[in-house]
Amino acid sequence: MTVFERRLLLRDRGTGVLEKLWLIPWSFVLLLCAVAAVGYVALYSAGGGAPEPYAGRHALRFGFGLVMMLSIALVDIRLIARLSWAGYAAGVALLVLVALHGQVGKGAQRWIELGPIQLQPSELMKIMLVLALAHWFHRASWERVGNPIFLLPPVAAVLLPVGLILKQPNLGTGLITLMIGGAVFWAAGVRWWKFAILIAAAAIVAPIAYEHLHDYQRARINTFLDPESDPLGAGYNIIQSKIALGSGGIWGKGFLQGTQGHLNFLPEKQTDFIFTMLAEEFGLVGAAGTLALLALVVFFALAVALRCRHQYGRLVAIGLGVNYFMYVFVNIAMVTGSIPVGGVPLPLISHGGSAMLTSMLGFGLLISVHVHRDAEFGAARE
Amino acid sequence: MSKRDEERRRGVFTRRALLLGAGQLGLFGFLGYRLQKLALEEGDRYATLAEENRVSTRLIAPPRGRILDRAGRVVAANDLNWRVLLTAEQAEDVGATLETFGRLVPLTEAERARIERDIRRRRRFVPVVVREFLSWEEMARIEVNAPDLPGISVDVGTTRHYPYAEHLAHVVGYVAPPADTEDDDDPLLLLPGIRLGRSGIERHHDRVLRGRAGTVQMEVNAVGRVIRELDRREGVRGQDLQVSVDAALQKAVRGRIGEGTSVVVLDARNGEVLAMASQPSFDPNLFSSGISAAQWREWTRSRATPLINKTTNGLYAPGSTFKMVVGLAALEARVVTPAERIVCPGHYDLGDSRFHCWQRRGHGGMDLRAALKHSCDVYFYEAARRMGIDRIAAMAKRLGLGVDLELELPGTRPGFVPTREWRTRQGKAWNLGDTVVHGIGQGFYQLTPLSLATMTARLATGRAVQPHLTRAIGGQPVRGVRAEDWPGLGLPERDLRLVREAMWAVVNEEGGTARVARLPAALGAMAGKTGTTQVRRVSREQRERGFRVETLPREWRPHALFVAFAPYENPQYALSVVVEHGTSGSGAAAPLAREVMVEVMNRLRPDAPPPPDRQAAAAIPDPAAGHGQERRR
Repeated sequence: MTVFERRLLLRDRGTGVLEKLWLIPWSFVLLLCAVAAVGYVALYSAGGGAPEPYAGRHALRFGFGLVMMLSIALVDIRLIARLSWAGYAAGVALLVLVALHGQVGKGAQRWIELGPIQLQPSELMKIMLVLALAHWFHRASWERVGNPIFLLPPVAAVLLPVGLILKQPNLGTGLITLMIGGAVFWAAGVRWWKFAILIAAAAIVAPIAYEHLHDYQRARINTFLDPESDPLGAGYNIIQSKIALGSGGIWGKGFLQGTQGHLNFLPEKQTDFIFTMLAEEFGLVGAAGTLALLALVVFFALAVALRCRHQYGRLVAIGLGVNYFMYVFVNIAMVTGSIPVGGVPLPLISHGGSAMLTSMLGFGLLISVHVHRDAEFGAARE
Repeated sequence: MSKRDEERRRGVFTRRALLLGAGQLGLFGFLGYRLQKLALEEGDRYATLAEENRVSTRLIAPPRGRILDRAGRVVAANDLNWRVLLTAEQAEDVGATLETFGRLVPLTEAERARIERDIRRRRRFVPVVVREFLSWEEMARIEVNAPDLPGISVDVGTTRHYPYAEHLAHVVGYVAPPADTEDDDDPLLLLPGIRLGRSGIERHHDRVLRGRAGTVQMEVNAVGRVIRELDRREGVRGQDLQVSVDAALQKAVRGRIGEGTSVVVLDARNGEVLAMASQPSFDPNLFSSGISAAQWREWTRSRATPLINKTTNGLYAPGSTFKMVVGLAALEARVVTPAERIVCPGHYDLGDSRFHCWQRRGHGGMDLRAALKHSCDVYFYEAARRMGIDRIAAMAKRLGLGVDLELELPGTRPGFVPTREWRTRQGKAWNLGDTVVHGIGQGFYQLTPLSLATMTARLATGRAVQPHLTRAIGGQPVRGVRAEDWPGLGLPERDLRLVREAMWAVVNEEGGTARVARLPAALGAMAGKTGTTQVRRVSREQRERGFRVETLPREWRPHALFVAFAPYENPQYALSVVVEHGTSGSGAAAPLAREVMVEVMNRLRPDAPPPPDRQAAAAIPDPAAGHGQERRR
């Protein structure tokens, strides 16, 4: 049986675990393993040259995540599509739950304890939002998308979780969620001028709204936007991070030889600043190599989207790709001192369960899209 | 949805997805650009910053050089200073540890408060000093109970110790922390706890004694904890110094003098200071362990001025001890001949003024030898009148009076000898009457006991010796130890011999003013000269009412002076004694001078000066050697 025949089989019957396993893009799985391995090396160094306390758990989590990812990859994309809004509802429910009972960390309510794992619902929410929006636009024709009334429900679907996340308060994740939603809208064919109007309106309203805020509210926003205004706190972190990045030079100081990291000048080196740790020890070469691996992950998602034969899969793939891209970009831009937002990890490399598991969930969905790229959805209900 | 619609939708999606991908690629490019900018363009700067973060340079305090006396006795030592330190991090409970410690070595409430404050202020791994200067017994008690004292450690530093305490305080000086305003770029000064020489030899030779700081480079982490040592450059320990003073002699001399008395004993041949005593004195050890404000106030406000070395800073009119200067000047100026006699009727008239001789009855005809022996005032009134003040001043300076003698004690005063020109500069005229008064050592003179001893040494040897204290630095003898190092005075031997013989007569001949000062025959003969200087003018009425100084309050009585050298035939030692308000030179100063000279001659025989001794210094181990203190810059 040729590959083509197997695909036909799949398209018609939509079953067959072995056939699906055959269709899984193992090169992508290998790429993820490579990224996780980079994370292992970095965390091994962050642990002072030992698998404890970070690297070992990182490997364990990745193994668990891998099984989860492959399981999800085998789930029929049509089933996933049917559950999109249910997932969205669950995500919003968790956000509400965290607002009511969540743990306070760094001045914001961000996560809830689920047994041994801390779950950040905002991470999960981003994926659920992508699924829900993809489902909404799945059947919409070009003309339909042009209808403003048709756009109102998905806009509300974006603003609800974004509002909840902003209220935590977590401006960074809120804005990222907004941008992911925007990317799906964009890919679904929402007209150019609507984006243009929205951006223009935001540009006009934001300063006016800012003017009307109380001083303490403004101060809060300033701290959100520019942590370096607090030189002893977040500002110190950025300065030390830049020193670590710069002092690594081209080839780096060598594995376990990073002084900034090992002498604790680098803050939170196992989470938000793990990339800096890598760059200090492996230099520009190591940093650029890691960046290239991460870019490959992002562009794989793009490739999946372009090859998919149904709109739902395309939109899911593009949304998930943008989701991972936002992590990578914001994190690395932050550690290089390019943008002032903080608190964004580098999934698969950073230490931390929540980001790793949600990322693996996303990759599972992405692979499912790839495996089921030729699946036929039922007849359109006009 | 029609196939056309789907095609169109897919076309839009593909275009927009590719645009999105292009945007993402651009942003990845931006990140790459940022990374290369940091690593390549600014890499060197950040590498330097990373090094500054990582490396902390600390100084190692070199042990201070010791000071030894002429016999090799240590007079300034580095004592080990046993300290107890507490590292908060290692103590489970700081309060409990201090409680236990307090049962072994009692701690006052104030001490506990200070310790707890120090702990709060520092990082938890930085040890704080609990107690310094522990006794051996206390140390033992702590060591035995070490298991019950988590966080407590014992450490040894050095502290300056002066075994002869107040006996040599004025000579050796003391050490104290540098002032903030110190004009000195020696990195050593940055060490907390560093002590620098603040007075005496400690100050004069501070550079020699202090040595050079070593450095040690440490790798530290973000909170300042030392991870490892990267590089160590040992410092240079301070050089040992030998001074000419004999500590035992000094102690013996000081045992014989009371408040307000100063004694200087020089080796007449080379100017070495053998003893230099000024009463009262102070304990320099109190400075090492941190002097209390109350003690400092007491010392600085006391009328007895214990901190002042009177031998170098006390200023006195020389009185009759100055008559040798006038005699030599007169001989050189040829205004008198050795044989010429001047009649002393007990007073000397100049115009309307009458100047009295101390001997109201008068001495009769006096030649120079007799005038010195009897200390006849009239002879010197006349001699002074004949030659004028400037010739006297010139001779005084040649003999070491009123000039800077360059002694190694900071603040030593040169003293003062008046000249006509000085008086003119003051806008006043120099009268002949002034010259007459200055002929007997009264008037504007301001001379130190040190300079009087120097004068005596020069008279005794005919060489322009200068008093000095340093014999050897780091085992190497310094210049000035040999008599030949010093030039001659350029005075005729005949004149000098006459003056010396007269001084011999003062002590040894019937009718001399200091017969009480004769030495035991076995020690040979001493030659000397008395001096009594008025503190207040004696009025005519007092004189006529049969005035007796004994009835005056103590602080109005005259000072008593005596200068002497011995042995007469082969002068080796020169001394000066000043007893403030001692009433009379022959009564108070001369007998004391005899006692001191006997002490000197008994102690310092054999009569050759011991060579500056490298072995003597090296033979005594320095307990503090190798105990450099390390402190963080």
